[in-house]
Amino acid sequence: MTKYRNDLRVVSQWITPNSTLLDLGCGRGELMQSLRDNANVWSMGIEIEHDAINHCIKQGLNVIDQDLNLGLSQFDTQSFDTVVMAQTLQAVTAPDETLKEMLRIGKQCIVTIPNFGHWRPRLHLSIKGKMPVSKYMPFEWYNTPNIHFCTVRDFEILCQQLGYTILDRHYLTESGSSHSSITTKIWPNLFTETAIYRITK
Amino acid sequence: MGGTAVISGGGTLTNRQGLLLACGQHLPEYQLRYETYGTLNEARNNALLICHALTGTHHVAGYYENDEKPGWWDNFVGPGKPIDTDIFYVVGVNNIGGCNGSTGPTSINPQTKQPYGPDFPPLRIRDWVQSQHWLMQQLNIPYWAAVVGGSMGGMQAMRWCVDYPDTIKNCVTIASAPNLTAQNIAFNELARQAITKDPAFADGQFMIQGNLPENGLALARMIGHVTYLSGDTMNKKFGRELQKGSFEVGQASDILFQVESYLRYQGQGFSQRFDANAYILLTKVLDYFDLSRDFNGALEQAFQSCDARHLVVSFNTDWRFSPSRSQEIVKALIKAKKNVSYTNIESAYGHDAFLLPNPRYETAVREFLRGTLI
Repeated sequence: MTKYRNDLRVVSQWITPNSTLLDLGCGRGELMQSLRDNANVWSMGIEIEHDAINHCIKQGLNVIDQDLNLGLSQFDTQSFDTVVMAQTLQAVTAPDETLKEMLRIGKQCIVTIPNFGHWRPRLHLSIKGKMPVSKYMPFEWYNTPNIHFCTVRDFEILCQQLGYTILDRHYLTESGSSHSSITTKIWPNLFTETAIYRITK
Repeated sequence: MGGTAVISGGGTLTNRQGLLLACGQHLPEYQLRYETYGTLNEARNNALLICHALTGTHHVAGYYENDEKPGWWDNFVGPGKPIDTDIFYVVGVNNIGGCNGSTGPTSINPQTKQPYGPDFPPLRIRDWVQSQHWLMQQLNIPYWAAVVGGSMGGMQAMRWCVDYPDTIKNCVTIASAPNLTAQNIAFNELARQAITKDPAFADGQFMIQGNLPENGLALARMIGHVTYLSGDTMNKKFGRELQKGSFEVGQASDILFQVESYLRYQGQGFSQRFDANAYILLTKVLDYFDLSRDFNGALEQAFQSCDARHLVVSFNTDWRFSPSRSQEIVKALIKAKKNVSYTNIESAYGHDAFLLPNPRYETAVREFLRGTLI
């Protein structure tokens, strides 16, 4: 089995057994597969990368070849228990519109975002004066798919503006621990590498 | 990749009870020509039906003695191929109304002792599915592990879900649509007009007159052929190259572009091997198909009573059955909360792509089908 990402481990805990899941940007379907095998969750994934799509098909998972930016109108309102978007919101053309669509389709939504407010990118930008490039964000500014980076604070403000309730939040550090550390509890915007939110309307 | 399919069985079966057709007429008796590859296992759970497109046949793969060309989908069907005959018992069938072994316009009408000709009753996709279901029973197959079809074959696969929801476990719909667009119907009408306007067609009675509407049928095929290719493919394959003549100043030779020559060759070959009445009839079967008609236009309801898993495949340059048509099918399946995967394959070859080798496409079909026996 491929390495199960720490953010997905947290996401899994927020999904009830025997429920339904829509995974936007499902990649190779690790989350869907794990939840199907361990919690009898019926899921459907949206993905655009062809090798990832074929991998999902190989695992017997439902996967739809679609560009998220073209909308999600084929999904009925409140038709899934959970809609997940892991590490993908920063790559869509209109994150606020996508978020609205997620909350229309899902009874609850789980979003994981890389935090651009983390001290490392801040330091990188302030000292080097260049857009941060790291192991986790290995792209140059001109070829990155991540066109809408935000910080923990930015995202929480957006949820507030849209009138959404954050039911749960979890801040992950780079150490890969799936438990929030003391530093992320005190200064989440500075020490969180990946933020995970459970949101509802 | 993979070996050549070995034909493991086949022949012609006669149904003496006949078929009550969707149009209300009763076809008194009919023959079905079929061909098989691989073997039906003891559990009888590995049978896979392949439904053919407009002018296809039961001869899906492998070679007949002394034949240079294999069956029409040999790329896909054989040992180790995406539709693996080491795993599946693959059944190909020629649909009634055609002219490749099953009862059609060239067959003798038992009531008049004359060929049916233009009087062969109009058919719909569901009539074919009904006859295929009878074949399934004759072959002692309890259900299909999968029904697979491209283009018009995909329409049959979907129809299986509506008419025999308990006998299809997996449905593979490739480069297909829930119904034809006005443009699709328009192209079919052009083809039909080309045939019926040929004086040799003689209102469809050409067989009795010992004639063939070759020109009309060739033109019909040429029209069809253009719609199966993408503009890019035609440019790459032929460009503006000349088969004959020259544009040199001072010369007045006849010009023949390669693309003209190619279409004429395709048309002529087809006009020798296909029946004009059958072509007219089959294009009408296409035109009449509308999976949601019985459900007040709600396509999702068509799929409601069937729990088959679905794989839907389209090709980005296919303008005859464009990706958006496949996406309509996918949308309906999502609405119906069915298990469905969809992939839109990049290919330069237009509608024809569904017949051609393509690694991503092959992998998708192979991996989906692998999951059918679990």
